[in-house]
Amino acid sequence: MTSGPLAANGAERPILQVRGLVKRFGALEVLKGIDFAVAPQELVFVIGPSGSGKSTLLRCCNRLEEPDEGSIMVDGVELTDPRCDINAMRRRIGMVFQSFNLYPHLSALRNVTLALRKVLRKSRREADEIGRAALARVGLSDKVAAYPAELSGGQQQRVAIARALSLEPKIMLFDEPTSALDPELVGSVLATMRDMRESGLTMVVVSHEMRFARDAADRVVFMDGGRIVEEGTPEKIFTAPENPRARAFVAEIAR
Amino acid sequence: MEALAHQFFNLDIMRQAWPIILQGFGMTLLLCLAVIPLGLAGGLLVATASLSKSRALRWTVKGFNDVFRALPPLVVLILLYSGLPFAGIRLSPFAAVCLAFLLNNSSFYGEIYRAGIESVGRGQWEAARSTGLSAPHTFAYVILPQAVRNVIPDLVSNTVEVVKLTSIASVVSFTELLYAADMARSVTFNTSPIVLAALIYLVILWPVVRLMSRLEHRVAA
Repeated sequence: MTSGPLAANGAERPILQVRGLVKRFGALEVLKGIDFAVAPQELVFVIGPSGSGKSTLLRCCNRLEEPDEGSIMVDGVELTDPRCDINAMRRRIGMVFQSFNLYPHLSALRNVTLALRKVLRKSRREADEIGRAALARVGLSDKVAAYPAELSGGQQQRVAIARALSLEPKIMLFDEPTSALDPELVGSVLATMRDMRESGLTMVVVSHEMRFARDAADRVVFMDGGRIVEEGTPEKIFTAPENPRARAFVAEIAR
Repeated sequence: MEALAHQFFNLDIMRQAWPIILQGFGMTLLLCLAVIPLGLAGGLLVATASLSKSRALRWTVKGFNDVFRALPPLVVLILLYSGLPFAGIRLSPFAAVCLAFLLNNSSFYGEIYRAGIESVGRGQWEAARSTGLSAPHTFAYVILPQAVRNVIPDLVSNTVEVVKLTSIASVVSFTELLYAADMARSVTFNTSPIVLAALIYLVILWPVVRLMSRLEHRVAA
């Protein structure tokens, strides 16, 4: 937790290195040349107004959106290379969605074990073992057999985290993981994320949970209009941002 | 009144016709066991192809669906059975019926599957792909099970139509239930065998129709 705010610029090879990333939807340029790096074990928060391109940036990092220009390196592998085995890379890049996206026809355990069985080709016994351990880690040992419809939003999101976690990703991407949750359920998801952070997982989080950002993030990135406008320690971004738009935005979400 | 009963509900004639009608019913069952799985499989193939990245394949499937949803299945059947011999291909009545039903049912079942697949949210694809699952695995283990569950009432409803439609096999002298009953009618000059056949369809399909409206209510709820 002592890694410096710009550790990605240090000697250690970044886990995620984005260079000159451009993404267009038709005529609309959503990302206008993003340079962004995340060092091992770093937790980076991405904030910014709606439509600033935060989610698109995240979704380009596992190619759920195809980038139009630029380079995305994850753990030393170029994702935009046509020879890149994207499925092999994706299991090393965990993703957690705003709307959980659990498979409603499968139990919590089967949600977790599907990729273990079909992607990592583990035996049912081994997959079940890993799946139970992953669910235990997010505090859901007693919900192994439950179906998503029987779980609260917070529990569903923790199953989704366990699903990503069970593949032992190099980096986890969180796309507004708590914004679909009732306020009283946010805490359990943040506690799980904090626990992952303490175990040294590299994380990129698109979220406006300022309190969490303040005491868990190494670095906060502020995006606006498809560009990274400012970045720095949570302390700096949340108390004394230099960019006027960042200042206005932080004042707005702090209210 | 008595004449009516004699013509339509003549138990004596029904008893005489029973063996041949039972045989016809057996053939209808056999036909169903062939054409329903064929149609379900063909429909799945058509639906999968309609999701293809290849525009040519998608347009081919679209054309196929349009043609066979518009053409009366009876016309297709007669074309296959009586037309193909001129091209040197002679199909047995059973084979001709199976082929005609495959063509017709693949398009109807295919459209139902497609609606089901489209009813599954984009987030399901994304979640599955984000864990490294390939597109075929995602389709087979995540999308299709949900898609089928969402359209079970429509699949059942179409299957009822298919069962009823097997009676058109009678026009190519395949001795299914209607053909058998009509043979009995023509030798007895009495309508009772047809009534008996109608009752058999009713007894078989009525519970399914009942089940269907219950399913529809549950999905709606």
